[in-house]
Amino acid sequence: MPNFFGCTYLDMIGFVLLLPLAGSVINGLLGKRLSKSVVGIIGCATIGISFILSFFIFIDLLQLAPEHRVFEKDYFTWIGSGTFEAIAGLQVDPLSVVMMLVITGVGFLIHVYSVGYMHEDDGYSRYFTYLNLFTFSMLLLVLANNFLLMFIGWEGVGLCSYLLIGFWFEKKSASSAGMKAFIVNRVGDFGFILAIMLIFVTFNTIDFTEVFHAAPEQLQMGSFVVTMITLLLFVGAIGKSAQIPLYTWLPDAMEGPTPVSALIHAATMVTAGVYMVVRCNVLFTLAPFSLTVVAVIGGVTALFAATIGLVQNDIKRVLAYSTISQIGYMFLACGVGAYVTGIFHLVTHSFFKALLFLGAGSVIHGLGGEQDMRKMGGLKKYMPTTHMTFLIGTLAIAGIPPFAGFFSKDEILLEAFARGSLLFWGLGAFAALLTAFYMFRLLFMTFYGKSNMSKRVEEHVHEPSMSILIPLLVLALLAILGGFIGFPTASAINSFLAPVIGGGHHGMVDGGSLHHVSKGLMFSMMGISTGIAVAGILIAYLMYIKNPDLPAKIAGKFKLIYKIIYNKYYVDEIYDATIVNPTVKTSFILWKIVDVKIIDGFVNAIARIVELKGEVLKLFQTGYVRNYALSILFGGVIIIVCSLVLL
Amino acid sequence: MLEALLFLIISLITIVCALCVVFQKNPIYSAIFLIQTMVSLAVLYILLHAQFIAAIQVMVYAGAIMVLFIFVIMLLNLSKADIEGERDNLLFQKSSAIILGFILVVMIGVVSVKTVFQGVKGEYTPESISQIGNTQLVGKLLFTKFVFPFEIASILLFAAIIGAIVLAKKKIIEDEKA
Amino acid sequence: MIPLSWYLILSGILFSIGAVGVLIRRNAIVIFMCIELMLNAVNLAFVTFSRQLDSMDGQIFVFFIMTVAAAEAAVGLAIIIAVYRNKATVNVDDINLMKW
Repeated sequence: MPNFFGCTYLDMIGFVLLLPLAGSVINGLLGKRLSKSVVGIIGCATIGISFILSFFIFIDLLQLAPEHRVFEKDYFTWIGSGTFEAIAGLQVDPLSVVMMLVITGVGFLIHVYSVGYMHEDDGYSRYFTYLNLFTFSMLLLVLANNFLLMFIGWEGVGLCSYLLIGFWFEKKSASSAGMKAFIVNRVGDFGFILAIMLIFVTFNTIDFTEVFHAAPEQLQMGSFVVTMITLLLFVGAIGKSAQIPLYTWLPDAMEGPTPVSALIHAATMVTAGVYMVVRCNVLFTLAPFSLTVVAVIGGVTALFAATIGLVQNDIKRVLAYSTISQIGYMFLACGVGAYVTGIFHLVTHSFFKALLFLGAGSVIHGLGGEQDMRKMGGLKKYMPTTHMTFLIGTLAIAGIPPFAGFFSKDEILLEAFARGSLLFWGLGAFAALLTAFYMFRLLFMTFYGKSNMSKRVEEHVHEPSMSILIPLLVLALLAILGGFIGFPTASAINSFLAPVIGGGHHGMVDGGSLHHVSKGLMFSMMGISTGIAVAGILIAYLMYIKNPDLPAKIAGKFKLIYKIIYNKYYVDEIYDATIVNPTVKTSFILWKIVDVKIIDGFVNAIARIVELKGEVLKLFQTGYVRNYALSILFGGVIIIVCSLVLL
Repeated sequence: MLEALLFLIISLITIVCALCVVFQKNPIYSAIFLIQTMVSLAVLYILLHAQFIAAIQVMVYAGAIMVLFIFVIMLLNLSKADIEGERDNLLFQKSSAIILGFILVVMIGVVSVKTVFQGVKGEYTPESISQIGNTQLVGKLLFTKFVFPFEIASILLFAAIIGAIVLAKKKIIEDEKA
Repeated sequence: MIPLSWYLILSGILFSIGAVGVLIRRNAIVIFMCIELMLNAVNLAFVTFSRQLDSMDGQIFVFFIMTVAAAEAAVGLAIIIAVYRNKATVNVDDINLMKW
């Protein structure tokens, strides 16, 4: 095992965590005084070193036997009270290593990208402070060895998400989008914290290892408690991962800077819910009902979000709905018990979705902030590199072999078919068709056809700087090759992650590998899903390249449906009418009547009483010494009278 | 019987004079009545077989201290307006003070009448005192049992003399400048 | 023989008159005299108790009280003179330098 100052890389896990925090602190405290290049170097270097360390830790872990690939390190007792004990400790196992590599790897690329993208912004150091802090929180989330510490990371990423969505807080829409994200996430977090309490009450511990060891022995399959725990956990996951019904914050979150959308709202944070479900797979496996809920919500979200994505015109919003849809896929996979497949899709998705977002960012940057696809078009000749990488990303998400998305998505569909039911497969397959369609619609509207740009914009269109292009190229490479870690017949990720599934109780679940599926089924499924993707692409080609008038005609024909979908099924409006407005009104009443009149009135009344008492007592303070002497005599007489009466 | 009559007359004079001390407008009159009060108290001391105290009551109090008072009153030579200023601006001060005074008198009276004073009887009965002589006895006690407080009293008087001089003298440096 | 309580009542009356005088007069010198009156009332009580208990201690006490009263009179009158020199008044209501 490689040594470094006498300790293994695994022992240095704390540094992976602390480096981004240190970067955040330095940039946060000194950022204003440092030059932009120094700020950028600090921001990127801390994440970069973190990534390198993570990589060595991964190598370290690989050299251990699969059953022993769990490394725990306790740092200090964080809370100790009675039987409750929360230890601040980190846990490295295959699952957290995979997440760690994704977070630091993709995170590093996006930091580099940000150096170019945010260069003109005044809040440069603030941006890197937040971004580093986010990385720290996300790493804490995946490395924590107990629920409470995970929750801290969970809240930390929520906070950073809020800060970064509202990064351009001068813009009203940005700050309110930040608030929306924060508030909607509260709903989920409430479920999560209830789940943590329930876990503590049930198991008397919140340590992952202990809980997952105790669960199968202590709880019966499908018992009420475990169902409640998992459902509450899943509520948390729904909030963070933007699933139905709490998805509405994610499209609005696109108000933030594009690299932020790529890192937080596509690649890492929103997938935290998936990570959490997989981390708690022991519990979920014990609760078949919860698993069904997970699968249904995942499948429905995948389809639902995809339909909205069909008609949106904002380039980032299409990607946002696509993200929601893809996370739906991951939950679908988890819901049918294929946890590893969910993580596999999480990894590939983080590659190609980050790529797509960064590509979109490059386009927006080149067009001077324009996000409406109707005002783009024909960009291929202006930005060939961006176009090429974007095309790769689009092919990957559409599921064309051999790009990354193909393997993971195909595996999800296969698992849904083999373990779940035809219904789940149908949901997934239809969503895949829509995905291929709207992604190519996006591609065609942006890079092909005739230009709809204004003259002024057209003159300035350019390829972005190297710091933007390099991350794009690296991510494109990953989007091409990333899928091979889960190559169907020899899935590296499957065997690597297998020990995590089932919490060490081998034989309970089969580690999510594909041994139970016959080769024939596998290849026919591949063919079908490829066919679906190609069909989607062809439709998009027909509608947006061959016959550009067709979309308008179809929209005209199905006016009502078009309008409903275009307005995102009016979900935001429904929420406003049923939840937000009544809450605001109730709060207004509480403010104007309960607070101002009753509570303030009460407090003011006390003050008024004191004031009146003061008015009375003021009469006794005349300022004449002989008057005070009179009081002394009075007191003396009272004492004598009392002693006479009492004795 | 004669003794009781004497007591009643003397105490009546004492009370009237004391009231006059308080209610006379002119401080000189107050001072004169205070002297009379002290002289009548001296008579009462004699009734109580405290001849030495009676003597120094007249000499020190009625004599030295009150002379000092009258001296100061004449020295300041207060005008009529100064003697008792404008109307009292404390409304109930006078009335409530008098009421409280009455209550106090009643209370002390009740306590004095009701309480049976018991204490360890000393060795100095009026007979034994008259054998030795009151003044001689006081002098003996002052130089034996109470010699330490007696010495301290001398220091106190010394300090008072210095204090009085320091307070009362004019500031010489200012005078020279003037 | 006269009951000793009579002396005590007389002492109480004198004390009360002195106390009332301190409270109602505004001339500092008169207030001072009222205080002397109160001291005398206390002296009377001391001598009475001395007689009652066949003890000389009360009379010795009176001796010391007179000493203190003399010292007090000297210092107090000096203060009054000093105040009068500065403020040209002996009215206690006007002497309010220490009033906040």
